[in-house]
Amino acid sequence: MKKRDLSYDAVMGRKNEIMKASLGIDYEDYIQSPIAFDYERMMAETGYTHEDVIRIQHETKVGNTPLFELHNLTRAVRGISPPGKGARILLKDEAANASGSFKARRASISAYEAAEKGFAGMISATSGNYGAAVASQAAQRGLKAIILQEVFDSRGVGQPEIIEKGRACEAYGAEVLKLTVGPELFYLLLRTLEETGFFNASLYTPFGIRGVESLGLEIAYQVRTDYGKEPDAVVITHAGGGNLTGTARGLLAAGCESSRIVACSVDLSGLHMASDTDFNRKSFTTGHTGFGVPFATWPDRVDVPRNAARSLRYMDEYQLVTQGEVFYATELLTKLEGLERGPAGNTSLAAAMTLSRQMDQDQIIVVQETEYTGAGKHQNSQLSFARENGIEVRRGDPAENVPGESIVIPERLEQVRGKGQDMDSLRLSYLKNAVRHYPMEKWSPSDIEFVAADINKGESWVRQQMAEMQSTAEADH
Amino acid sequence: MEKIKAGTWVEIEKIILQPEQRASTLPEDTKKVPYVLKVNGFLLEDAELGAIVSIRTLIGRELEGTLKTVNPSYQHDFGKVVPELLSIGLEEDA
Repeated sequence: MKKRDLSYDAVMGRKNEIMKASLGIDYEDYIQSPIAFDYERMMAETGYTHEDVIRIQHETKVGNTPLFELHNLTRAVRGISPPGKGARILLKDEAANASGSFKARRASISAYEAAEKGFAGMISATSGNYGAAVASQAAQRGLKAIILQEVFDSRGVGQPEIIEKGRACEAYGAEVLKLTVGPELFYLLLRTLEETGFFNASLYTPFGIRGVESLGLEIAYQVRTDYGKEPDAVVITHAGGGNLTGTARGLLAAGCESSRIVACSVDLSGLHMASDTDFNRKSFTTGHTGFGVPFATWPDRVDVPRNAARSLRYMDEYQLVTQGEVFYATELLTKLEGLERGPAGNTSLAAAMTLSRQMDQDQIIVVQETEYTGAGKHQNSQLSFARENGIEVRRGDPAENVPGESIVIPERLEQVRGKGQDMDSLRLSYLKNAVRHYPMEKWSPSDIEFVAADINKGESWVRQQMAEMQSTAEADH
Repeated sequence: MEKIKAGTWVEIEKIILQPEQRASTLPEDTKKVPYVLKVNGFLLEDAELGAIVSIRTLIGRELEGTLKTVNPSYQHDFGKVVPELLSIGLEEDA
């Protein structure tokens, strides 16, 4: 047999055939142009109804997690809010899923699909909780699992949070490929898929997103049952977009059309995601703007031909919080509510504390996830590590926080403010990215229709922006 | 040098891409260093540290690389106390 060329360019060149073999989805069937595809048909044709998803997840210890009211935190927020303000804060305790995070929802349908289709194992490239989720779900379905992780810098120093996630993967019986910093993770993923013939448990397949829809359905059901109304806002930690997309789709399927979908990320602007030296200057390895903004403004930058996670379709608002605000929120959750949970999962809690102050007391805001905590995945581990890496850690006004240089932990609840992002400028970035992928002159009416739906804005707005981009380009000429 | 016995749990290291073979879009600091893999498994034959060896991983795959560590352990912890965290939640009027 002819030996395969394993060079970077050769493997990347075989991307499409490797993807097709490892997923069993023929994306060509849905693709309409270099930018547009039939998203809803792709989602529908996964072959899994919501009833199927719930049944499959129940088999492997996923879903039906508790929804708690945070009485003490709500009271504390009301204490610093204008009269009548301070919405009730509810928390969906996703740490209760097998493997300790909502990512089990995302892995569960892929594991079921892989087992049904007769794959011997599944592979995922992730430094997040998803690795442990894949490993745990694979273990329960009798599948092998390989997790590729970006763990350490060129000095061999690993991020404590990621080391813990790697440990968890190994504990569930997975093989863990531990790598230095770089986007070549994708190259090695392709190589490993090709070598093993395993299923590609990408985060961004329709199976992954379908699996998260149950989270939105449960929130709708639980809030209606306990409070007799729909949630007024649901705050969702946002990185690659799957958490937001799946939850929002579930809420919509349950008829919660007026619930405000709020994305939230930790602000790490200024740090380069592929930089060897910046790697260990981050105290959050996910849920931050380094993923959240690029994935919102161009979802199709992933390990599958078209991303099923399309956050701008569903996002009403996008809040940024600082690392210090999230660590502060994590401590409050622990000391006021008696729940010790991992900091990354509390990103949306920090934003909810800000938003609650602006909302009426009879309104409900849902923080839609938590994650497990432990050595490495703990605010003390992460702050101690930050100090060792020369980051200044102090109490003060979080507005003084500089990503990669300082972490300023609020002194008082009033200082937790977050920062809203301008949605239209995110939409415009998406539009510019789309034009970069496919010149505007070639766009058909169905491309415009797709883009308008993908950024949740009218076609007339899209046409107007296109005309402005056109005239700017001509003026530059 | 002492031989490590076959069957021992070890960590191997392998250079996947030399700096000049890496992706073209990298920032300068990352471009200068190789792309390195480490993986744990059971040593297949007796060998010395630094030798090129084969291992069997937890899922039974055989991989080759340089023998780096015997009984690789997880040493991550909760870090040194961060006193700034201790009073949070005790100050708030809950």
